[in-house]
Amino acid sequence: MSIHVPAADWFKAPTGGERTWIGLALAWCVVLSVAMPYWHLRGKQNSTGEAYAVEPMKFSERVEAFVASNKVGEENGVPVVQPAPGGDAYLLAQMWRWYPILKLKQGQSYRVHLSSLDLQHGFSLQPMNMNFQVLPGYDHVLTLTPTSSGSFTIICNEFCGIGHHLMTGRVIVEP
Amino acid sequence: MSTTLPLSGAAEATGFATGNHRPGELRSCDTTGLPVCLNAQWFIRINAVMAVVFLLVGGIASILLALTRAPTIHLLSAEWYYRVLTLHGLNMLIFWILFLEVAILYFTATSLLNSRLASKGVAWASFGQMLVGALMVNAMILTGNSDVLMTSYVPLKGHPLFYLGIILVATGTLTGVGNFFATLYVAKRDRTYNGSVPLVVFGATAAAIIAVVTLLHGAIVMIPTFLWSMGILETIDAAWYRLIWWGLGHQSQQVNVCAMVSVWYLLATITTGAKPINQAVCRAAFVLYVLFINIASAHHLLVDPGVGAGWKIWNTSYAMYLAVLASMIHGFTVPASVEVAMRKKGHTNGLFGWLFAAPWSNPGFSAFFMSLVIFGFLGGITGVTLGTQQINIIAHNTLRIPGHFHTTVVGGTTLAFMGLTYYVVPLLFQKEFYARALCRIQPYVFAGGVTLMAVAMTFAGSYGVPRRHWDVEFAGAQVSAGFDASAHLWLGLMGVGGTIAFVGLLMFILLVVSAVFFGKSNAGRAMTAW
Repeated sequence: MSIHVPAADWFKAPTGGERTWIGLALAWCVVLSVAMPYWHLRGKQNSTGEAYAVEPMKFSERVEAFVASNKVGEENGVPVVQPAPGGDAYLLAQMWRWYPILKLKQGQSYRVHLSSLDLQHGFSLQPMNMNFQVLPGYDHVLTLTPTSSGSFTIICNEFCGIGHHLMTGRVIVEP
Repeated sequence: MSTTLPLSGAAEATGFATGNHRPGELRSCDTTGLPVCLNAQWFIRINAVMAVVFLLVGGIASILLALTRAPTIHLLSAEWYYRVLTLHGLNMLIFWILFLEVAILYFTATSLLNSRLASKGVAWASFGQMLVGALMVNAMILTGNSDVLMTSYVPLKGHPLFYLGIILVATGTLTGVGNFFATLYVAKRDRTYNGSVPLVVFGATAAAIIAVVTLLHGAIVMIPTFLWSMGILETIDAAWYRLIWWGLGHQSQQVNVCAMVSVWYLLATITTGAKPINQAVCRAAFVLYVLFINIASAHHLLVDPGVGAGWKIWNTSYAMYLAVLASMIHGFTVPASVEVAMRKKGHTNGLFGWLFAAPWSNPGFSAFFMSLVIFGFLGGITGVTLGTQQINIIAHNTLRIPGHFHTTVVGGTTLAFMGLTYYVVPLLFQKEFYARALCRIQPYVFAGGVTLMAVAMTFAGSYGVPRRHWDVEFAGAQVSAGFDASAHLWLGLMGVGGTIAFVGLLMFILLVVSAVFFGKSNAGRAMTAW
């Protein structure tokens, strides 16, 4: 019994159904292990984790420069910014907003730089449901190609203080 | 309903040589015949009592949270929601489970090895540190000084005493684990048993080894964070913190898994007389946990900056699946041992006759078996799914994550520990339960509630609904946002499930407290069989 000292000859190879099960389980684990890198190379939606060290204030200055040179409008006092297709775009997370509103073109690729000015935040693009962790001190670069047009909301899904639920933003994708 | 207790002739079957107990420190269990070290019994009792106290604190927090996230009720203010969420996580995941695990370690090393507890003083030192630490943490949370959630991700800052409390709980647990290892040593030295240690002791040892590695991660991350909260260190890197913290956060869950699987083997034996088919297989699976589970903590960083794709893929595919293999093996060997035992008793009707004939009205058995099913099917499958790089992108920080871990930690570990308690109280507190009919249905109520809640969380999360979020209507936000009506339906069902689970939890606490403090003593006779 499992609460008693086992018989002296307890160390033996599995047999019968147990052996078959271990074989099946191991084979399935190997399939999963291979699928992980395979899908990273073949799949269309992956995170490479590309990131650079950045001082939060330096990042904020880059965002301001990006907004100043690419601003095309304003919505509720938040600048709407249209980056050049194929170019860099910046998105700043801070308590409690996503800044600015990005206007992208469907089918074009962008390098979106994501970082935080203060606490950790959670980039969560809805309704398509795509989520990334945002850390202060790290410029997280996501290479994005919007495949559908419309208006998407960004919410924050990492707790960032009492106003966490007020932290929203927007990405507009034009056809 | 029948149980296999008393385990007749247990003393001979264990191959016990002479014990090493001092005079007056030993009794023989009137039900199982197992030796009980009275020092160990005392510390098992006080650790178990504190565990249940923290379970109650966390439980009260859980109903408040469920009723806040249920959209039509939205009970707490934002401030109190995050405060109570912090309280809930720490009391349920850390205090309740760690106190009970120390009790389990003391039990396995003494009663199952026929040994005395290595040191009473060390056991007091462990208990004292853990209790003071836990009280400090709870005081800092409830006074509003540390609304940082369980993970306290820097640079979110709590009160220094909050971090110090966590450090004390960790060092206290480490002290208790040290006492466990010392007891293993003393038992071996004094030859209190002949041959290899029993399987349950082996599993508990695996849990203890992982606990040491886990708590070292805790020290590495929490000590600098404590210094930072006092202004001595200037900054803590956010990515570094997450990397090391999850060496604590995820690995501690693996301590729970190891302890829970050991409890499965224990309860399978006590309730049905099950015998593992091949002990080498079961033990090898525990070794896989020890070797690979730490690396698997990497899946928490799948959508993080700072660690590259190669790192993510290597750690989460190669290492995690070897730990998954261990769970798949236990998921076979535990029910198989029950099946063999039931068939031997003559329940040979069809494929599943043995299962229907199992002692379902014994709360020790029903809690154990439902724990196995909920952990294995819901917890295991969602866990492996969420640990996939691409799926993690659509699941990270949504309600799918707590949907997953409530099936592993609550439907799995907590339920198994509840099942264990239905034996701990009569055997180690030597008290009988009142309202035995309620005891028999309690595991079903709790398991049903937790399952409904976790499934509802998972579906709400698949719509993108975030975890740790006070208002998914985003009222007052500068850019409007919100979710589909069906997401709200799932949130409502989550509230219903949470309420049912809370009723099950409250039943458990009332039954245990009434038995421990006001129950009839069964000293000198066998416990009333379940």
